[in-house]
Amino acid sequence: MKELAANASTNRMTYREACRQAIREALIDDPRTLLMGEDVGLYGGCYAVSKGLLAEFGPQRIRDTPLAEATFVGAGIGAAMAGLRPIVEIMTCNFSLLALDQIMNNAATIPHMSGGQFAVPLVIRMATGAGRQLAAQHSHSLEGWFAHIPGLKVLAPGTIEDARFMLKAALADPNPVIIFEHIVLYNAEGDLDPDVTSVDIAKARIRRHGRDISILTYGNSLPKSLAAAEVLAAEGIEAEVVDLRVLRPLDNATLFESVARTRRCIVVDEGWKSGSISAEIAARLSEDQFFELDAPIRRICSREIPVPYAAHMEEAALPQTPQIVDAARSLVKPR
Amino acid sequence: MSQKPHIDRESGRHLFKQMLRIRRFEAKCAELYQAQKIRGFLHLYDGEEAVALGVMQALEDRDAVVATYRDHGHAIARGLPMATLMAEMYGKMEGCSRGRGGSMHFFDRARRFYGGNAIVGGGLPLAIGIAMADKQLRPGAVTACFFGEGAAGEGAFHESINLAELWDLPVLFVCENNLYAMGMPLELAEAETNISRKAAAYRTPNEAVDGMNPIAVEAAARRAVDSIRGGNGPYFLECRTYRFRAHSMFDAQLYRTREEIELWKERDPLPRMQKWLEETHMLSPQELRGIEADVEAEIGKAVAFAEQGQWEKIEELERFVLVDEVPE
Ligand SMILES: Cc1ncc(C[n+]2csc(CCOP(=O)(O)OP(=O)(O)O)c2C)c(N)n1
Ligand SMILES: [Mg+2]
Repeated sequence: MKELAANASTNRMTYREACRQAIREALIDDPRTLLMGEDVGLYGGCYAVSKGLLAEFGPQRIRDTPLAEATFVGAGIGAAMAGLRPIVEIMTCNFSLLALDQIMNNAATIPHMSGGQFAVPLVIRMATGAGRQLAAQHSHSLEGWFAHIPGLKVLAPGTIEDARFMLKAALADPNPVIIFEHIVLYNAEGDLDPDVTSVDIAKARIRRHGRDISILTYGNSLPKSLAAAEVLAAEGIEAEVVDLRVLRPLDNATLFESVARTRRCIVVDEGWKSGSISAEIAARLSEDQFFELDAPIRRICSREIPVPYAAHMEEAALPQTPQIVDAARSLVKPR
Repeated sequence: MSQKPHIDRESGRHLFKQMLRIRRFEAKCAELYQAQKIRGFLHLYDGEEAVALGVMQALEDRDAVVATYRDHGHAIARGLPMATLMAEMYGKMEGCSRGRGGSMHFFDRARRFYGGNAIVGGGLPLAIGIAMADKQLRPGAVTACFFGEGAAGEGAFHESINLAELWDLPVLFVCENNLYAMGMPLELAEAETNISRKAAAYRTPNEAVDGMNPIAVEAAARRAVDSIRGGNGPYFLECRTYRFRAHSMFDAQLYRTREEIELWKERDPLPRMQKWLEETHMLSPQELRGIEADVEAEIGKAVAFAEQGQWEKIEELERFVLVDEVPE
């Protein structure tokens, strides 16, 4: 407890450390909580998020699992149904495909299909995204896929604050919640506002206000979008950057309000464009906000290819700041 | 502590009646399916009654059950009221899952019945988690997890037995080996057809038992439950059985012969049990008629209950997609 307090008063930390503190706090707060997954214990976590927790909490609460995604995720679902509050870590979303059956057919269906008799208060954390030259099989962005599934909540912390506090809200939620932590963000550093001790998992947040165009984004595309807004500001274009934070259920109200005000919109999403969360957002905007728009909606997504290894190729495959800047320029006529 | 099953007048008649309840319930379901009162997929349990019944005999209220899509027998033997099962299949909101699951998805929180699962092998990981929670929150409770021999082909089967053994979890794995997975004969699906040996490979105590004999299943299940409650980790019970009816209502049964079915019917636990009870003077003809009449009346009431049930309002369609709280 003492250490937690000491750490909490150190306001500057990495996204990784924020994730770690969040897990640690959850384990201290609730004896029903445990962390379970591949290499979360002895190894300290594939991305070193759970380093040190095994020594502190022991192997019952920091459970190393064999390579059996379907079963340890399913076990998390069963444990949640029977009274625990597990945090299951899937090393990266690329391996979540082996657990997709359990997530989609059990976690997402059972509360509804049992007529509300059983809840699945489970949190699944997984690393997502590209940008570290890990090649195609380790660079997927699957959060948009999971956001397709009714019965789940899907979170994408793009800030240190959200990395630090979303977990607590997710554990307090009676539904299965999946948290996608972007691999590139783990090393990001930032200051925590000492007055903030919790966040909601319902609303999108405006991270930068602007009147000329709304950039709707999340995850590692958030810092890229904020950087684009800086460049644009120097040119006299005031971009508003909206961090989606929650990909399911989408916070229509905040998105609609922003777009209705700026009348222009770019969606930036590291997923592939076809059938993506960006497609969903664009569709909702055109269904509901068509007459508020002064320009077509633009989307900046990953190229529709398996993400390549070579640095220049990978960079070209992902959404980047200059593309966002160009898109904004083309939509907003210079004043 | 559970003891060796001793068959006296009362327990013999109890077993017989329970099996008859399942058998007659299934016959009524088939009839109502023809009449299009029940729709969707319907998988009947005829021939396998001794398995569910024998295992449930060894369980207590504090224990949990994970079932398959062929779950009528599991549910009835666990004590779910027939009326709510029938209402469920009618799609009525008085059904045990509010009419949202149908035949394959019976749920009952009060009886720790964690659902019929329609994904082959899909329930095994759930059982692992339920047992993890029980070990911490309800020490001594056992989770009985049913699955067909077809599940042995799935990765989740192997992963789950391994985890249960590795983590010493109180899981009773119950393999209902009826020799076919839809039309797939066991010997065409598995290199090792002795399923319990697969459990042995994970060091899990295991036993193969005559699944056509409720007394043998009960005895084995009691041994298993004793071992599990004794803190020895999971136990794997392979019940060798046979389904008398088609896999579902859409099955021409091209994969097996009438002779084979008839041969297995000679081992039908119901007439055998009845004959034995009669020969040992534990069941008079009059008592038999009494039991049959009771069962028919119960089924009649279940059907009437289902007929009179209400449809859930369409406005409730999205209710429980997300829940507001965890039910106590
Ligand atoms: C993962 C999965 N694959 C395929 C099916 C389609 N299916 C339904 S039942 C079944 C056969 C299962 O056989 P078994 O496990 O032996 O159970 P039984 O029906 O014999 O009780 C199949 C292939 C399914 N429901 N789930
Ligand atoms: Mg079978």
